[in-house]
Amino acid sequence: MELFTPDFGLIFWMFVSFAVLFFILWKFAWPVILKNVDSRADLIDKGVEYAQNARQQLDSARQQAEEYVAEARRQQADMMRDADRIKTQIIEEARTAAQVEAQKVMDSAKVQIMQQQKEAEQQFRNQVSEFALDIAEKVVKNRMADKEAQTKLVNSLLDEIESKN
Amino acid sequence: MKKLFIIFAAFISALIFAPCVSAGGDAHGDGKLDPKEIIFEHLGDGYGWEVPFNHHKRIPLPVIVFGSDGLHVFSSSRITDGKDYVDGNTTFRLAGKDSDFKGKVIEIVDGGEVKPFDISITKNVCGIFIAVIIVAGLMLWLRGYVRKHGYKAPRKGLGFLELLVDFIYGSVIKSTLGVKSSKFAPYLLTVFFFIFVMNLLGLIVIFPGGANLTGNIAVTLVLAVLTFMVTNLFGTRHYWKEIFWPEVPLWLKFPLPIMPAIEIFGMFTKPAALTVRLFANMMGGHMIVIVLTLLIFIFAAVSPVAGGATTVISVLFSIFMLLIDVLVSFIQAYVFTMLSTIFISLAQVDEEHHGEAKKHDDQLEISTQTK
Repeated sequence: MELFTPDFGLIFWMFVSFAVLFFILWKFAWPVILKNVDSRADLIDKGVEYAQNARQQLDSARQQAEEYVAEARRQQADMMRDADRIKTQIIEEARTAAQVEAQKVMDSAKVQIMQQQKEAEQQFRNQVSEFALDIAEKVVKNRMADKEAQTKLVNSLLDEIESKN
Repeated sequence: MKKLFIIFAAFISALIFAPCVSAGGDAHGDGKLDPKEIIFEHLGDGYGWEVPFNHHKRIPLPVIVFGSDGLHVFSSSRITDGKDYVDGNTTFRLAGKDSDFKGKVIEIVDGGEVKPFDISITKNVCGIFIAVIIVAGLMLWLRGYVRKHGYKAPRKGLGFLELLVDFIYGSVIKSTLGVKSSKFAPYLLTVFFFIFVMNLLGLIVIFPGGANLTGNIAVTLVLAVLTFMVTNLFGTRHYWKEIFWPEVPLWLKFPLPIMPAIEIFGMFTKPAALTVRLFANMMGGHMIVIVLTLLIFIFAAVSPVAGGATTVISVLFSIFMLLIDVLVSFIQAYVFTMLSTIFISLAQVDEEHHGEAKKHDDQLEISTQTK
């Protein structure tokens, strides 16, 4: 039974001991230790928060970079397409211009040729008529040597005019 | 591996043959084994501290008594072995086995025995002082380190100490008390380390340990009463209102104060539970180890061979039990601190935190059931 009956002396000393221990620790040890524990916990919390923020920022930066790259790619593609289009356009235009120019050249050449042809024709006609007149003159000169033939011709010509009227 | 085996075999054979030898050679005392006496002597308090390997020699400790004519201080070595100590007109003696005050210092007045007012530095008191010195030393050591190195985490022993502080402060005190934790943390942490160190000291067999401190009801009673005082002295208005005028139907509290009576009863069962839980757990552990050890001698008295066989089993079981007791030392210190924290937090309820207090109540119920 003695185990279950608290001894007064022991209670007294236990109380005193605890009071002394509590006072020492409360005065000297706990404030310093707990402050350290608390502030370290705060520091760790802040560190974690900072790391999370940094990570988020990194993620967003990465995303942004990806967006920029995609944007650049798109622009590049656009530019390529534009360049292609402009190239074909220029070629088309050049071709059209060349055709027009060629047409013009050909037209003028044609006109010139026609003119020259006309001129040549004219010249030829003139020459032919000259030759004809020359020949006719010679022929007439030969035939009109005698008087009878001349009269005959004049008469025939007069007949002709008469029949016409 | 081979070496280990040889050591183990030598150990076992030594265990087997030791009682055979000592059974023949041991002839001191009256020769008869009284297990009950031995158990209670080891679990209880005493005026001297036993020295290893010698049952009679004790480290003398001061006896401080207020006799019928005032204060008397003398060494406990003067009253050992039934000697009378005469100081002036008063005679002191250690009460015998048949006395009502068995094992205590008594004053002889007119041939009769009177128990004086006794505040001797007994074995347990001395053990408590040692525990105080150890805890204070450890914490001041940690404080010194923290002052010098700041946030840098300590290594090895101090690292473990800081881990414990951090564990109790962070996961027990802070998570239960919240913003109010800084007010109660010094008390609760002191309680935890004090109990933990006292528990461990009780497991050490020789001098600085060996006193069954937390297995003594006076020690646990003081701790529980302190928790009771902290709980009620710092209790909020709402806590007192909950006790005397709880939110229950009127007939439960008006003509007959049924609920208030139950609540007031509950106020006192909490420290009682704290006292008995720690006391019974620690004393039980000590008792099992002592009984296992005594089995050797009981069987050795029957026959040396049986004693040898029992030795092996008993020692192995004792080692196992002591290892469990190390765990129990921590768990009981932790449980005492945790329950104290919960009791204190229950007295810190405000009107708006009522739901939270309810939650703690449930937690408490669960933890009491599981214990």
